[in-house]
Amino acid sequence: MQSTTLTLVLAAMAVAAFFVGRGRSLAVVGGPGHGSSLHSLPGYYGYFTAMWCLLPALAVLFLWVLFEANVIVSLTVAGLPEAQRSLSPGELNLLVNNIQNLSAGDAVSGDVDAALRKAAIRYQEYGAASRQMLAALALGLAGLGGTIAWRRINPKFRARNRVEHVVQLMLIAASSIAILTTIGIVLSVLFEAIRFFQKVPISDFLFGLNWSPQTAIRADQVGSSGSFGAVPLFAGTMLITSIAMIVAVPVGLMTAIYLAEYSSRRIRGIAKPLLEILAGIPTVVYGFFAALTVAPWVRRAGESMGLEVASESALAAGLVMGIMIIPLISSLADDAINAVPSAMRDGALGLGSTRSETMTHVILPAALPGIVGGVLLAVSRAIGETMIVVMAAGLAANLTANPFEAVTTVTVQIVTLLVGDQEFDSAKTLAAFALGLMLFVVTLCLNVIGLHVVRKYREQYE
Amino acid sequence: MESGLKRRRRRENLFKLAGMLATAVGIAFLGVFFANLVANGASAFEQTFIQLNVDFTEDVISPGGELDLVYADFDGLVRDSLRAEFPHVSSRSERRELNKLVSIGAGYQMRDMIEANPDLLGSAQLLWVPASATVDMFIKGNIDATLDASLRPLSDAQISWIQALQDSGRLETRLNMALFTNGDSREPELAGIRGALMGSFYMLIVTIVLAFPIGVAAAIYLEEFAPRSRWSDLIEVNINNLAAVPSIVFGLLGLAVFINWMGIPRSAPLVGGLVLSLLTLPVIIIASRAAIKAVPPSIREAALGLGASKMQVVFHHVMPLALPGMLTGAIIGMSRALGESAPLLMIGMVAFIVDVPAGLSDPATALPVQIYLWADSPERAFAERTSAAIIVLLGFLLVMNLSAVVIRKRMERKW
Repeated sequence: MQSTTLTLVLAAMAVAAFFVGRGRSLAVVGGPGHGSSLHSLPGYYGYFTAMWCLLPALAVLFLWVLFEANVIVSLTVAGLPEAQRSLSPGELNLLVNNIQNLSAGDAVSGDVDAALRKAAIRYQEYGAASRQMLAALALGLAGLGGTIAWRRINPKFRARNRVEHVVQLMLIAASSIAILTTIGIVLSVLFEAIRFFQKVPISDFLFGLNWSPQTAIRADQVGSSGSFGAVPLFAGTMLITSIAMIVAVPVGLMTAIYLAEYSSRRIRGIAKPLLEILAGIPTVVYGFFAALTVAPWVRRAGESMGLEVASESALAAGLVMGIMIIPLISSLADDAINAVPSAMRDGALGLGSTRSETMTHVILPAALPGIVGGVLLAVSRAIGETMIVVMAAGLAANLTANPFEAVTTVTVQIVTLLVGDQEFDSAKTLAAFALGLMLFVVTLCLNVIGLHVVRKYREQYE
Repeated sequence: MESGLKRRRRRENLFKLAGMLATAVGIAFLGVFFANLVANGASAFEQTFIQLNVDFTEDVISPGGELDLVYADFDGLVRDSLRAEFPHVSSRSERRELNKLVSIGAGYQMRDMIEANPDLLGSAQLLWVPASATVDMFIKGNIDATLDASLRPLSDAQISWIQALQDSGRLETRLNMALFTNGDSREPELAGIRGALMGSFYMLIVTIVLAFPIGVAAAIYLEEFAPRSRWSDLIEVNINNLAAVPSIVFGLLGLAVFINWMGIPRSAPLVGGLVLSLLTLPVIIIASRAAIKAVPPSIREAALGLGASKMQVVFHHVMPLALPGMLTGAIIGMSRALGESAPLLMIGMVAFIVDVPAGLSDPATALPVQIYLWADSPERAFAERTSAAIIVLLGFLLVMNLSAVVIRKRMERKW
């Protein structure tokens, strides 16, 4: 049976086991009136029985489903004739795909001969047998587990402690998923990046000035020599990021100062939610706005001034990205400014300085670490931004500092390389993982430093 | 001293003005943005329809007495009806231009009618069928009729026919239901967001079923049970960093682990939901930890004093009190996941999917990705539909954020 149906059946069995266990615990002491003779509340005996019924069976189900596909494919391949088993990995993969498609009733590439049909039938049989074994095993384990637990129920049995111990283990498992995610990100990106650096030396990648990621599908194809120098990408990313920062930092900082120091409560009550809305707009919407409205406007403005502006200029993308980042800087700067103890503010005002002088001479220097941390976090956000640049910035690598030209960034190239048509282990696709590794490392450093500064600063005045 | 005071006051006023201007910039952008969006997208909620007098002749639909819907020439019926409407159109190229006034969806519409009600065979019906996208753009004023004929997609003859239809009351604009009932299509007048909406819906379900329990469980453990050691500090730093990792890196993780290693089918909402739940997990953990921290220690101590075990204190007392904060964090995490498109591009949800997905493993796309795909399309009619889809997306986000605010206001207690 399907794994979802099996899961539902197991869940129903666990619910039944709960009621059976609870009833048994009350029966053992002679009815609901004598419940105080039990070590734990009756419900805990029910949970104990349900846990023994459900958890081993779920674990088996999970592992089985995880490894089932690979095992069935290996068995089917082992049954193929010798000639087909010794094919190259790519062709073998294609053959396996054909077998899978044929058994599912989908279209198959190439001819369907008797051998292929036999292999497909075998594949189906293995699949059906596996499902039946899984169902039998899981249900058997559930029944066995439930019965074992049921027999241990007696008044002296410390069910609550057992149940709480298992719950604690599940909590620990949930927490470790966060760690596993980080490890997963690092390993998966690192693994593929290392495969890339085996094909293209790392010094070429980090210091090369020419980004033209082509690899040939056939040996004699035109454009088969590609260069993977990522410096133009880093330059493009930095150009767009700096334009975004030039827009966002002054505006965000002054907004935070105004809202913290000068505005009335009513204005703050209106302006803050509006800025939150600005932060909540999805980036694909910003990208659409940048491509459709801002870029043509920048181009028309530039041409009316006699400048030559590309239709996908870095300026347009940088402007919109800066606007997207304004709420982030504003809220972090606001936190930093509000954390400065009012004694410093009151002291400066008491000595006769104006509010702007207090701000610039006393509060901002005191809040500076927090603000700098916020700016670092914003830079990291700008570097990792994808959709705005995919829609509004260019695709051709261009090593320039001119904001009116079209540049491309690391994230745009990751998207273009992976939404393409190359097979998975060519240098072109693996380059995307190398770029992803660079991106992850740089944003990780910026985030660690930024978060550390912001948190340390928050504690200093608490 | 006086002149110094005047200078300082002026500087103070300039500073204050700069602050006001900066705040105004952000808010003005918001205003410009929404005005632009509504101006572009409002027209997409209407679609031009043409009324045709269609004769469901027996020998076209069921040649040889057999009802054959697959090979019946419904487009021919459309052409016949148009020719009956404009009998003086004779030349081949003119007739082709006439036929281009009606969308190709008209034929499918008629086929569905016959399939639902075979008794219509042999009768003549007055139908409203969608006009083609160029006619629609003309009616909405997006095509300049004063340009030279070679510079616009509609010829003079076509414009005169459109005028004739309008004058005789056989052309009108109605609510564009296709936007909400159809899946994606290459024809703008037939393209809808239903497939993307269902895909997003399935993904969000997977995300909340996975991320909320795991996030709350992790937050409870980290806040209540974990001993204060270097290991738990490391976990906290790790989670804070995960919340700030660019979303495209999660897409790379999904590609390498879920699709390559585990073999889950590409473009399925299941993979999208898995990737989005990994993305939302740190947000939910951080919000839940803050909510648990806000519960005063007196509640915990009182429960312990009455004989509860640590686990009972957490699950019977702390968690119910922290639940509003956890729910708010979860809703905010969900709204962030709804708007994400970069990781979905990596795992293949960027294909052209026409059918509406019916389950977790059917190929699907998501609403932000649909917006990205339509934004790339060069057809003029897709630009307004992209804006309309953005309006729908922002509408959903608004509802989610408002419900988070309402929950926070209603259920939160000030200790």
